[in-house]
Amino acid sequence: MLGEIRAYFAQQGVLEVDTPLLGHTGAADPAIGSLALDLPSGRRYLQTSPEYAMKRLLAAGSGDIYQLCKAFREEEHSPLHRGEFTLLEWYRVGFDHHQLMAEVARLLAVFWPGRVLERLTIAHLAQQVGAPDPHLSSTAVLANYARDCGVVLTPPAAHDRSLLLDFLLTHLVRVGLPVGRAAFIYDFPLEQAAYARVRPGHPPVAERFELILDGVELANGYHELCDPLAQRARHAAEALVRAARGLPPPLIDERLLAALAAGLPACAGVALGIDRLLMLREGAANVGEVMAFGAETL
Amino acid sequence: MASYSTNQFKPGLKIMIDGDPFNIVENEMVKPGKGQAFNRVRVRNLLTGRVIERTFKSGDSVEGADILDMEMQYLYHDGDAWHFMNIASFEQLQASAQTVGEAGQWLKGQEMCSVTLFNGEPIAITPPNFVVLRITQTDPGVRGDTATGGTKPATLETGAVVRVPLFIEEGSLLKIDTRTGEYASRAKEE
Repeated sequence: MLGEIRAYFAQQGVLEVDTPLLGHTGAADPAIGSLALDLPSGRRYLQTSPEYAMKRLLAAGSGDIYQLCKAFREEEHSPLHRGEFTLLEWYRVGFDHHQLMAEVARLLAVFWPGRVLERLTIAHLAQQVGAPDPHLSSTAVLANYARDCGVVLTPPAAHDRSLLLDFLLTHLVRVGLPVGRAAFIYDFPLEQAAYARVRPGHPPVAERFELILDGVELANGYHELCDPLAQRARHAAEALVRAARGLPPPLIDERLLAALAAGLPACAGVALGIDRLLMLREGAANVGEVMAFGAETL
Repeated sequence: MASYSTNQFKPGLKIMIDGDPFNIVENEMVKPGKGQAFNRVRVRNLLTGRVIERTFKSGDSVEGADILDMEMQYLYHDGDAWHFMNIASFEQLQASAQTVGEAGQWLKGQEMCSVTLFNGEPIAITPPNFVVLRITQTDPGVRGDTATGGTKPATLETGAVVRVPLFIEEGSLLKIDTRTGEYASRAKEE
């Protein structure tokens, strides 16, 4: 499988890169925990994805790049999660999220020739499932819907719009995109923008997508945010959420912000879970089954 | 009562939801790549037996249910209540016919049962996996009658009715599997 992926990108003229797994900062995302190592030269973090380093290469003029590497996340262990796993991440200069979705589909056709990948917006998926619109619904409506779905909400959680949207998304995927369906869902609520561009409009949406295959979240991509001020504002928002949840504050990756300031070319990027891809292709029920020494991994 | 964090969730854990005690049947972590994690659980209401699904934000805590399973001997029942005794302390308690439910049809006296207590009150009775009971009524088997699948109904001394092979005669002792309510084998006279 790794050979087929490399052959695909070689044919497309996308350069393979190899960035450090140990970084000066961890992930700023409040929902992702980084593993830290204390070295004689200071504290280093095992990267939760190669995103920051690859964006610095893009800003330095690398052009289209991809990377196959290990990523590490704290305290993740389930049939679909391991603390150490393999990511395929790639960036295409000049692409938007739709062009990148089309490319993800071309790559997957190598593994599932003829399998149809649908494309639908999150709002459309919500409509299909009969759920409230994630962009326009009030927080109270989202909370009531979550309760109707059996979510036990503490009083503060009932006002946590970001939490309610996180639940709504997992619910939409579970009910609307069960085993047998394969779809890109795109145009996310602003609360779930992460590092995607926001497209103004009614409502404004984040140009982010996910690929859901047989109920499994396989890939997550963005039409990338290039504005360093907007990126700094997102980090500030993440810091607030981290503080509210009692998590350690994020270390802002100033090198990334400097790279953005120097000019990140307009691009789209996506990360795809290789272990999950292999698991789905082999019809396994647990990523551990397709990982070497999967039973021993974190 | 102690409270449990969702990361302690596992099948068999007893928790309180909306004032009722529940037993966790299945616990699944749902963690989007970006976004907060949830625990989706299937839980059985220990009062009604109904299984429902609930979702908790990972990291939340939930009050534990004060549930205790005690081995007690079944003594007798009067019109309203079934009486059980702790054979170590001789302490007795009574359970309603509703609480005893279907378990009652296997009990004639002196069986050791598992009594489930919620806040000290019995909410469920589990009979021994196997009980030995005598047939009080069954029709003689007819040789070659296969239309009924080679079995016939037999009424036991407790009033329960089970299906038994055709060769079983009235008055014999049977070993019954109470989990399935089925005939397991003949039993020897003591």
